[in-house]
Amino acid sequence: MSKKKAPEAYQKTFAFHFFRWIRGEKDPYLGEIEMQPQEEYHLSEESILRHEKEHDAILDKVYDTKHNKGLRLFHSLYEITSVLFCLFLIALLLVTVSYLPAVGTVTRPVNNEVSARYIENGLEETGAVNIVAGMILDYRAFDTLGESHVLFVATITVLILLRLNKGQEDKNDRIFEPKNDAILQLVATFLVPIIMIFGIYIILNGHLGPGGGFSGGAVIGAGLVLYLNAFGFAKTERFFTEKTYKWVCFFSLSFYCLAKSYSFYTGANQLHSVIPKGTPGAILSSGLILPLNIAVGLVVACTIYAFYAMFRKGGF
Amino acid sequence: MNFVCNFPFFSILLSLFSGTICSVLPAKAAKIVNRVVIVVVGLLSATLLLYLISVGEPFIYWMGHFPAPWGNEIRAGILEAGMALFFCIIMYLSMAGGAHKLFDEVDESKHNLYYILVNLLLSSLLALVYTNDMFTAYVFVEINTISACGLIMIRQVGRTIEAAVRYMIMSLLGSGLLLFGLCIMYDLTGHLLMSNIKESVALLVASGEYQIPLIVSVALMCVGLCIKSALFPFHAWLPDAYGYSTVSSAAILSSLVSKGYIFLLIKIIYRVIGFNIFNNTRIIDVLFVFGLMGMIFGSTSAIRENDVRRMIAFSSVAQIGYIYMGFGMGTQAGMVASVYHILSHAATKSLLFIAAIGLTEVSGGSRKLVDLTGSGYRNKWAGVAFTAGSLSMVGIPLFSGFISKLLFAQAAVQVEGKMLASLIVLGISTILNAIYFMKTVIRLYTATGNSPYRGITFGKMKRYAITLIFFILLNILLGVSSQPIVDLIEQGLAMFS
Repeated sequence: MSKKKAPEAYQKTFAFHFFRWIRGEKDPYLGEIEMQPQEEYHLSEESILRHEKEHDAILDKVYDTKHNKGLRLFHSLYEITSVLFCLFLIALLLVTVSYLPAVGTVTRPVNNEVSARYIENGLEETGAVNIVAGMILDYRAFDTLGESHVLFVATITVLILLRLNKGQEDKNDRIFEPKNDAILQLVATFLVPIIMIFGIYIILNGHLGPGGGFSGGAVIGAGLVLYLNAFGFAKTERFFTEKTYKWVCFFSLSFYCLAKSYSFYTGANQLHSVIPKGTPGAILSSGLILPLNIAVGLVVACTIYAFYAMFRKGGF
Repeated sequence: MNFVCNFPFFSILLSLFSGTICSVLPAKAAKIVNRVVIVVVGLLSATLLLYLISVGEPFIYWMGHFPAPWGNEIRAGILEAGMALFFCIIMYLSMAGGAHKLFDEVDESKHNLYYILVNLLLSSLLALVYTNDMFTAYVFVEINTISACGLIMIRQVGRTIEAAVRYMIMSLLGSGLLLFGLCIMYDLTGHLLMSNIKESVALLVASGEYQIPLIVSVALMCVGLCIKSALFPFHAWLPDAYGYSTVSSAAILSSLVSKGYIFLLIKIIYRVIGFNIFNNTRIIDVLFVFGLMGMIFGSTSAIRENDVRRMIAFSSVAQIGYIYMGFGMGTQAGMVASVYHILSHAATKSLLFIAAIGLTEVSGGSRKLVDLTGSGYRNKWAGVAFTAGSLSMVGIPLFSGFISKLLFAQAAVQVEGKMLASLIVLGISTILNAIYFMKTVIRLYTATGNSPYRGITFGKMKRYAITLIFFILLNILLGVSSQPIVDLIEQGLAMFS
């Protein structure tokens, strides 16, 4: 039998406070921490009206449509035609899809000797348990080589667009950086190592299970971005600057290019390749796939971080 | 296997790798790497071309340890090697002709980025030329698109940013449509390799199965590549992109990037769909009509233009129209004329862009036609080069433009039903070309009493003038020795099928 407590005594116990907090009846911070209710964001009527007329203002200013009835007509026609064109394209594609071979049937043209060999001989020929990894990094490695250079050229164009020129002053965008957000920092301290290790696991495990350089690199990049947000540029620049980025990308892509050149060259000339396949399933197996996954992972991680840093302050 | 057969693979990998190397080099070293790579790739392609002419048959090259439908492969024939060689020559001359302007146009800290983009662009062009796999083609189309965007906006003024955004939107739409077409094609045939798709397509056409998706797929691929190469109704991105980017970029974009896509389309027509199957579709009629419209509307827009570089850019629309008109004729002769015109237009258009920059420099940097009055006297070499380019564009004998017009006319005569339209529009277009080019040339040599601008002598622009001389020589070479080149093109096209 439980002992009955008087209501006053019960209200002083921990259990009472805890369950009341769970039910959300009382905010534990109320009365102890100074809190201000957030102000509601007001959009002034003027600015709403101004933004509503923005489209017409641009038309007037750029094309002078007031004195140019033909252009105005053209613009309205243009809008109607673009909508009609989109509808036409959607209809066309839907009709086409309805004529395509039915999904899931055995007699589909895509179920041919190409995929059969990937599935049946993939393990033996590439040494990778993960058939997809074997396909993209061994059978069709040339495509993936191109694909990793797509990422590279994309960063270069972002660099062109966002990096400050020599004469341009850094406009001190850092005043907008979050300043030592305690919650974010605590969460990041716990999460960043886990995210990093998980990313490394995905990369190293790419030839054994689902994963690989692209996905693992994206995870590591996300971890770096989280770290940057929590601790600011001053901390990240201790280990990751533009120079680091440049050299990491250079070495990864060079390794990728040279390693694959060797394998293309030996393959095409029917020469013996010295790269061992290893036992399938072991961590050190499947020839070049593991090192290539690491190279791709490094490029992707650096690219994601570089994009973020570039958008934040036009450099590292 | 002969060692020469490695050369396509060497050229692609070399230019790709040099892009990576340039990212850690200072600007000057990057420039040297860029030039050396273009020259080396050009030499490799030339050797390959000679080898292929002596052997007389194309070869395929495994990219890896696995044969074709499983692994990647590339393929080289006379046309491929010739195109690669030609692209290298034009790219070298364009880079050399615009080198002295680069310091005004691009911030110095970004010079090495410029060379990275050029190297990657070269590698993607080479891959588009040599590939035998549709998906590889798509991957390198992506590299080509992004680096072309970078080349446009590396000169950071308002108009180039706007032009790059326009180019990106239109070009990505084109890539997207190409990818749609490719996906449908893969679903119907189960292959990505060009020769295997061709076999499956022939079977599908013979059995009459899946006719609607097949035609939609072909149409989507065609429209995608037409958008990317600025066929008439899709040319809105072109004048700003060519008119305001750096001069080397404009020359490269107009003479190489759009031609790379057109070459891919030729490959698709011959090696993926099959020439006869493609010609039995109504798509060639559509290409024909839009080609003709482009020839007229491009030229009329150019006539109305006041800005010399935008005028040259609009003239590209007309010239692209010629090429598609050749496709639209649906005969071997029309195709040969189109391929020849790719060469002729690439050589002439880059010459015009490079010459125009010399003329605007001695006119206070102004590109308005009014300010260019008499500039042919102030910069004699650029004036002569511009005149030579104009004469070639109009189609005066001795220059390459004449031969391509002649080939188009000869091809048109053999086509029933399309002869009259082609010949009439060819005539009108020639007159329109003459109007705006000759108008400009006459203006260049109209003496002004006391011009506020100062001229430039040969001693101060040796490299630039020598580049121009090489351009003119290339043009005359194409025009004078046309028969061997046409023979080579015919052999190359025969190797395609």
